Amino acid sequence: MLAADAADDRAVVITGICGRLGRRLTRALHREVRVIGLDRRAFPDRPSDIEHHEIDIRSKRTKDIFRAGNVRALVHLGVMHNLRDSVEDHHSWNVVAFQHLLEYAERYKVPKVVLLSSANVYGPRPDNPVFLNEDAPLLGAGPFSEIRDLVGLDMGAQSYLWRYPQTEAVILRPSHILGTVHNAPSNYLRLKVVPTLLGFDPMMQVVHQDDVVWALRAALAPGVRGIFNIGGPPPVSLSRALTLLERTAVGVPHGVARAAVDRLFRWRVTSFPAPELDFIRYVCMVDDARARSVLGYRPRHDLLETLRAVDEERWQ
Amino acid sequence: MAGNVTRFSSLAEIADLHGGREKLRKRLQWRREAARLGTEMESRNALARLADVAESAVPLLERLRATARHAADELKTRLLGRDFQQRVDVLKARYVDLGGDPFGFDVGTASNAAMMLAFFHRMYFRTEVFGIENVPAGRVLLIANHSGQVPIDAAIVGSSLFFDANPPRVVRAMVEKWTATLPFVSAFFNRVGQVVGVPENARRLLEMGEVLLAFPEGIRGVSKPFERRYQLEPFGLGFMRLAMETNTPIVPVAVIGAEEQYVSLGNLRWAARLLDIPVFPLIPQMFVPGAQMPLPTKYRIHFGEPMRFEGDPDDDALLGEKVWLVRQTISDMLRRGLASRRSVFL
Repeated sequence: MLAADAADDRAVVITGICGRLGRRLTRALHREVRVIGLDRRAFPDRPSDIEHHEIDIRSKRTKDIFRAGNVRALVHLGVMHNLRDSVEDHHSWNVVAFQHLLEYAERYKVPKVVLLSSANVYGPRPDNPVFLNEDAPLLGAGPFSEIRDLVGLDMGAQSYLWRYPQTEAVILRPSHILGTVHNAPSNYLRLKVVPTLLGFDPMMQVVHQDDVVWALRAALAPGVRGIFNIGGPPPVSLSRALTLLERTAVGVPHGVARAAVDRLFRWRVTSFPAPELDFIRYVCMVDDARARSVLGYRPRHDLLETLRAVDEERWQ
Repeated sequence: MAGNVTRFSSLAEIADLHGGREKLRKRLQWRREAARLGTEMESRNALARLADVAESAVPLLERLRATARHAADELKTRLLGRDFQQRVDVLKARYVDLGGDPFGFDVGTASNAAMMLAFFHRMYFRTEVFGIENVPAGRVLLIANHSGQVPIDAAIVGSSLFFDANPPRVVRAMVEKWTATLPFVSAFFNRVGQVVGVPENARRLLEMGEVLLAFPEGIRGVSKPFERRYQLEPFGLGFMRLAMETNTPIVPVAVIGAEEQYVSLGNLRWAARLLDIPVFPLIPQMFVPGAQMPLPTKYRIHFGEPMRFEGDPDDDALLGEKVWLVRQTISDMLRRGLASRRSVFL
C-alpha cells in the first residue's frame, strides 16, 4: 500500500515506538519507508535503518524533528495508559503534548496524522447497541473518569480532522487488542484463573495485534482520512472465550468484585482499576463496516488465533 | 463389525486374554456350588440374606428403571415432538451459517429453555396455533396484542414459532435496558436471543433476517384490568417506522387466552409509586397460598397475513394511519377469535 511511492524518502514518525505494537509496526514498515522513532524508552534491538530519538514527546526537541521537514506521516501510538501515573502527567502527556504534535504537523505541513485511539472511548454500557458505529457518542469517561484524557485525546484528533481538511487525519478505534501487548484485556486473558462477574457474560470483540498493525499501515495510504472502528473476528461471549483458552473462570458477585479490585488496586496488588470491571459486565463492540469498505480491512486472524496470541512468547 | 475391531463373545475370552481363564473357571465353579447350597439351606447371616434379597430385587429395579425411562421418553416425545432434535439442528445450522450470533444467542441454552417452555406450551396452556404459515421466510416483524399481567404471551408466541413453524424460527424480542444490569437475567436473555431494546439492535436483527416480536401497547397492554380484556391500548409508532425503513413485512398476531390467566381488578397506583415500579396490579389469586401460577387457560394464537407498507418513515401522520390499520386488523382478529372460542379453559 505504500510501495507505490517507494522513491519518496520522507519519513514516518512513530511516537511510542518502543511499545510492543510500535515495534511490530516498525518491523512491518521499515523496509518500505524511512522510520523515525520517538520514545522516552531506549530501543536497543531496533533495525539499523531506523532513526530513534530517546526523548519525551513533551520536550522542545520534538519540534525539531518536524522542523527538519521531510515527514510524510505522524503515527501517534505513544498514549499514556498507566493509571499509576498522576492525573497531571496524563493530562500533559495525552492531551497537551498531543495538541502540540498536531500543531507541529500543521505548521510543518505533515500530510498525514494517524492516531491509535480505542473502542474503549465509547465505554461499556447496558444500553449500548450490539455494534457501535463511528458516530456513537464517546461516553467512556462517564463511569470511569480516570480515562477522560483518552477521550480528550480522541476528541482533539477529531476537531483537528474537521479544522484542517487539507491534512489527512485518521483515528483508529480498535476493539480489545490481544497479543504480546501489555494492555488490560491481554493481561486479563493471560491469568490462569480468571475472575468473572457472577451472572454476567457479555459478548466481546477481540482483535489480533497484527491486524491492528495492518490497519495502521492501511491508514498510511494516501487519500485515507476519517474515523475507523476496527473490529476483529466475529464476537464471542466471555465464557466461550475462556473455554477456548482453557482457563478456569471463577464467578464473583459484582459488588464484592468491585470492592475487592478497588482495594487491591489501591494496595498496588493489581493493575486493574475497578471501573474497568464494566468491560466484563456490559457490551462494548464496534461496527467496522467503514474500515472494511474504505481500508479494505479484514481480520487476518481467526478467533482462536487471536485469543491464543496472548499466550505467545513474551519476549517477541 | 468393520475393520480390525475384535468382538469378544464371552467373558471367558476376555479373561483368557489376560491369562486368567483357570482362575475364572474356579470362581464360577465356586459360585455354582454356593448357589446350590443356598437353595438347599437358609442363608445363615443377615448380610447373606440381604444379598439374596438384593439378587432378586435387582432385576425388578432394572425393569422399573426401564419403564420409567420409557415413560420419560414418551412424555418427552409428547412434549417436544418427535422432530425436536431436527428442529434444534436446523437452528444450529442457521447460526453457524451466519457466523455465530453477535447478540450471544446460544442454541444449546435456548433448546433447554424450549424444553421447559414445552410444558407450558403443550400441556399447561395447550396452545392452538392458527395460520402460522403466514409468517414469511426471512425478516419479519410480528406485532401482537400484549396481555396477562406477566408477559408469558411473548414466551408462548416464541415457542409456537419454534415448535409449530416449518422450518423452526427463533423469535427475538426486545427487552428493557435495565435488564442488562441484572446478573443472571442479562446472561440468560442474551443466550435465549432477547436483545436490549434500542433501534439499532432491531435494525440489525432484521438485516440478519430474523423474526422480531414487538408489542406496541407496551406495559399498558400487559397490566390492563380484567374489565378491559381484549381491548387494545393505543399503539406506539416506532415499529411502523422500523418496518418502513427496513422494508420488513408485518405479521399481525392475536393472542387469545392470556387475558384470563391472571384476573386483575385494577392498578394500585400508590403501591406502584411506593415501590417505584410501573404498575401494581391487584390480582386476588396472588394472595391465595399455592395459587400463584397462572390459571390454565387455553391459548389460541392467530397469525394474520403479512402486511407491507411503503412511504416516508419520518411522516408521523402517515405512520399513524398505517399503525391504525395494523391495530384494527389485530382487533378484528381478536374479535373473530373470541367469537369462535367455546370456552376459556377448553
